[in-house]
Amino acid sequence: MDTLIAQLQRQFRDYTISLYQQGFLDDQFTELKKLQDECSPDFVAEVVTLFFEDCEKLISNMARALDQTGNVDFKLVGSSVHQLKGSSSSVGAKKVKGLCVTLKDCCDSQNFEGCVRCLQQVDIEYKTLRAKLQDLFNLEQQIVQAGGRIPQVDI
Amino acid sequence: MTREELPNLAESKLTALVVDDNFVNQSIHQKLLARLGITNEVVCNGKEAVDAHCSGRNYDLILMDMDMPIMNGIQATKRLREMGIESKIAGVTTRANEGEKKEFMEAGLNDFQEKPLTISKLLSILHKFDFYVQT
Repeated sequence: MDTLIAQLQRQFRDYTISLYQQGFLDDQFTELKKLQDECSPDFVAEVVTLFFEDCEKLISNMARALDQTGNVDFKLVGSSVHQLKGSSSSVGAKKVKGLCVTLKDCCDSQNFEGCVRCLQQVDIEYKTLRAKLQDLFNLEQQIVQAGGRIPQVDI
Repeated sequence: MTREELPNLAESKLTALVVDDNFVNQSIHQKLLARLGITNEVVCNGKEAVDAHCSGRNYDLILMDMDMPIMNGIQATKRLREMGIESKIAGVTTRANEGEKKEFMEAGLNDFQEKPLTISKLLSILHKFDFYVQT
């Protein structure tokens, strides 16, 4: 049992570090982890769930706006991407935030093709992050179910 | 600062209002305040912040976002000051160019912090307002 816990903890540690090293997460995710405690043990999972709901809604708004060929409301796209940039920054979603900056630039210069391309990338990126964080939370659950403690990972 | 070293300001009985239209930020800002022992409420835009004060509620600290629908942070801050509200208002926004910051400050803010808000930034705000003295 101890060996299993140690293995899971090592896996968790390595996976967490890889998410930072590959640029999926930044320091702000670490700040969120600091806020999690016994009173709210699922705080991080709850906040990132809100974030992914935000992603779906805002990406859908932007896709709809960009679909109005010849009559694209770049102001609407701009305000949606500003919102998404804000919430991605708040949860430490580094790659998503970076793509939002690029998308905002395309929007400001009314570069339609650039906006469409970039929005597709944002869509792919948030879904990738969602899958990776789900794997991370699953590992946490496995550790707890095996009777172990989730290790603190220093980045 | 480790979790164990976080100050608990519950004895100070401070109250705060989070004004932000984004649920992610609302959740984080409320949690930050709660971790420091500060009782807090949340509203979704500047108009709701003004309405809360019109109904007689008052807060020691207001964390005010800038971009919000219906009434933004600049308009809400001006309105609250016109109403004679003397609460400490800290602007918290991702918009950080000097012009926008100046406009927000001139509306009546006491402090300004760039998002995302962290424990350190919140403690800096509280320290500036003499709500927290580092020992």
